[in-house]
Amino acid sequence: MYRYDQYDHQLVRERVVQFRDQVRRRLNNELAEEEFRPLRLQNGLYLQRHAYMLRVAVPYGLLSSTQLRMFAHIARKYDRGVGHFTTRQNIQYNWIKLEEAPDILAELATVEMHAIQTSGNCIRNITCDEYAGVAADEIVDPRPYAEILRQWSSFHPEFAYLPRKFKIAINGATTDRAATAVHDIGLNARIDAEGRVGFRVLVGGGMGRTPIIGSVIREFLPWPHMLTYIEAIIRVYNQFGRRDNIYKARIKILVKAIGIEEFTRRVEAEWADLKDGPGTLNVAERNRVTTFFTAPTYTPASNDPGPNVQRTGAPAFSHWLKRNVKPHRVPGYAAVVLSLKKPGVPPGDATAAQMDFIADLADQFSCGELRVTHEQNLVLAEVRQADLLAVWQAAKMHGLVTPNIGLLTDIICCPGGDFCSLANAKSIPIALDITERFDNLDFLHDIGEIEINMSGCVNACGHHHVGNIGILGVDKNGEEWYQVSIGGAQGNDTRLGKVIGPSFAAAQMPEVVARLIHVYLHERIENERFIDTVQRLGVNPFKEFVYATPINTEASVIQHHVEARAYG
Amino acid sequence: MADLKPTLIKNKAVVADDWTVLRLQAGEAAHNVKVGDGKIIVPLNVWHAQRAELRQRAQRGVWLAGHEPFEDLGSDLAHFAVIAVDFPIFTDGRGYSLAYNLRVRLGYCGELRAIGDVLRDQMFYLQRVGFDAFTPRPDRDIHDALKGLSDFSERYQPSWDEPLPLSQRVPRKGAKA
Repeated sequence: MYRYDQYDHQLVRERVVQFRDQVRRRLNNELAEEEFRPLRLQNGLYLQRHAYMLRVAVPYGLLSSTQLRMFAHIARKYDRGVGHFTTRQNIQYNWIKLEEAPDILAELATVEMHAIQTSGNCIRNITCDEYAGVAADEIVDPRPYAEILRQWSSFHPEFAYLPRKFKIAINGATTDRAATAVHDIGLNARIDAEGRVGFRVLVGGGMGRTPIIGSVIREFLPWPHMLTYIEAIIRVYNQFGRRDNIYKARIKILVKAIGIEEFTRRVEAEWADLKDGPGTLNVAERNRVTTFFTAPTYTPASNDPGPNVQRTGAPAFSHWLKRNVKPHRVPGYAAVVLSLKKPGVPPGDATAAQMDFIADLADQFSCGELRVTHEQNLVLAEVRQADLLAVWQAAKMHGLVTPNIGLLTDIICCPGGDFCSLANAKSIPIALDITERFDNLDFLHDIGEIEINMSGCVNACGHHHVGNIGILGVDKNGEEWYQVSIGGAQGNDTRLGKVIGPSFAAAQMPEVVARLIHVYLHERIENERFIDTVQRLGVNPFKEFVYATPINTEASVIQHHVEARAYG
Repeated sequence: MADLKPTLIKNKAVVADDWTVLRLQAGEAAHNVKVGDGKIIVPLNVWHAQRAELRQRAQRGVWLAGHEPFEDLGSDLAHFAVIAVDFPIFTDGRGYSLAYNLRVRLGYCGELRAIGDVLRDQMFYLQRVGFDAFTPRPDRDIHDALKGLSDFSERYQPSWDEPLPLSQRVPRKGAKA
């Protein structure tokens, strides 16, 4: 993985010094809160309901065991022993003190980490495929390009006060696992007829209040032009994006308002000045950064017995192999997904003890590296198949082998109203209730692949628009309600879900999901996934059944009180 | 207080400011507002409305808001001693791209001054995109604001102040084989 040189270290250290002084001036009241706010946001610090939240960047989701141990240390020393992995491959701490934030950033800097631009109206963390470098369907390893973009966008002087946040995702494989269609800019690697590497460039996708699938602005952009072309796009956005209304300020609204043809014309006009100029990426730099992402030395697979289910006789292991072990491009190897979606635990949460353990596991079995997925799980990407049983046995002791990856209980979920001051409604307790309702593993496996995504407000941190079942927390006269949509999908065939009807009370949600599943199980034809059935039949049969009879709102709902001590 | 000489930051030092920024008051119109003698930085619409007269002056200055079309300055551009960009609020980032385009695309070489809600914590980035002069908000200590210009000692990406990316300026190592 990428390692800092003296310049990276120097810049990140100077950032810590700068922010420490800004915090000092805020605490002395030399800086007003409205002046300080954008500064703290660009260092990952939000003010939430109970405390500050710190969002630390995990660039393109790649993490070393040393860095994960630092996350555990920070969780213990500055938080309440827990970290929350997010849909943008970052980690968040929910109980941070402002005056300690500079110390945390200083500690992070020692392991080549930071919280720069993880929030604010600037270019955010670049995200990519969690299986980058090991995916069997990879066209181009996106990580060197993601790192080059990370450096280019970090401290970019012109783009720190954009109309709104700006998110870039890169996918290097035939299957899009980076949700490129719902990013401000999505890059999809391609190789053209002459063997040149380039990107299909999407612009103006996004979720939030107005979900929009990105438009193609360039079918093929040769890689040397990646930075200058993105610069041109963002310069157009910075000049013409709306600043009068926060809900209409994303680039997607600009692209929609002036049309992709006019938007493209303006970008091309900006780009004309930059094309082939000094900002053009050259072979030497691309190759230098690529050296950090070379594959480890693999052991030939010939003598590996591979995952032998019969050998253990444990159905749980077999379920896990089926759901949590993913193909690797090298025979004899696999990628293992450690599920952070254990029933009863907020989705994406990991305790300090779990993080330390996972770091050890990565050292022992996966070259000391990990990935954070945008579905909020962790991945060991370089595991020998011969070691799978050992990994499973060890991880089982720490509650990390729930065999539910891609299944109903692998819910994507934002922190919601328990923590976030933007949220209209809680999300974690709903996820926990649904998980509890579907606690039968065989039933889960029978239901098969389905994505439930939940957000506590229209900002859509939980990607509800592209969930096969999307749940959105809404506020109705001060009460928390939940709007349900179905038919959304991510990946190559990204679609936005359709709302099925009036919203529900929290206590009704497990039954609503159960009814949707009931219709699917009743109507599915062989091998059809939930999303396929919805696409074949449309929303109506689901809607009719869900609303056919009243759903008890009192319900025997267990109150999940989300609080740090609940994690033990 | 009244006899304190106005100051600005120019070329990384606090110096006397002998220019005055003209802002239209309620009831004043661009075509007939009286532009006083001396070094006056006029709003863009005043420049357009009184161009024939203003062009006769030896020292010309104009200021733009972030959204104003700088292309209209056309051939006049090279003859301004000062162009100022107004920040109505420091979070309005349009002035950054405006400055960059004035410098890099149009090749403006005179003084480029940030005015309005100009604060210490934005100064480093402002100087990178093309500003060489700053009038910090009057309620702030100008010497404190000056410190903001030296927050960082290195730059990853090109902009006006540094046309080459870091990787083309210094030797950077790859991973050890």
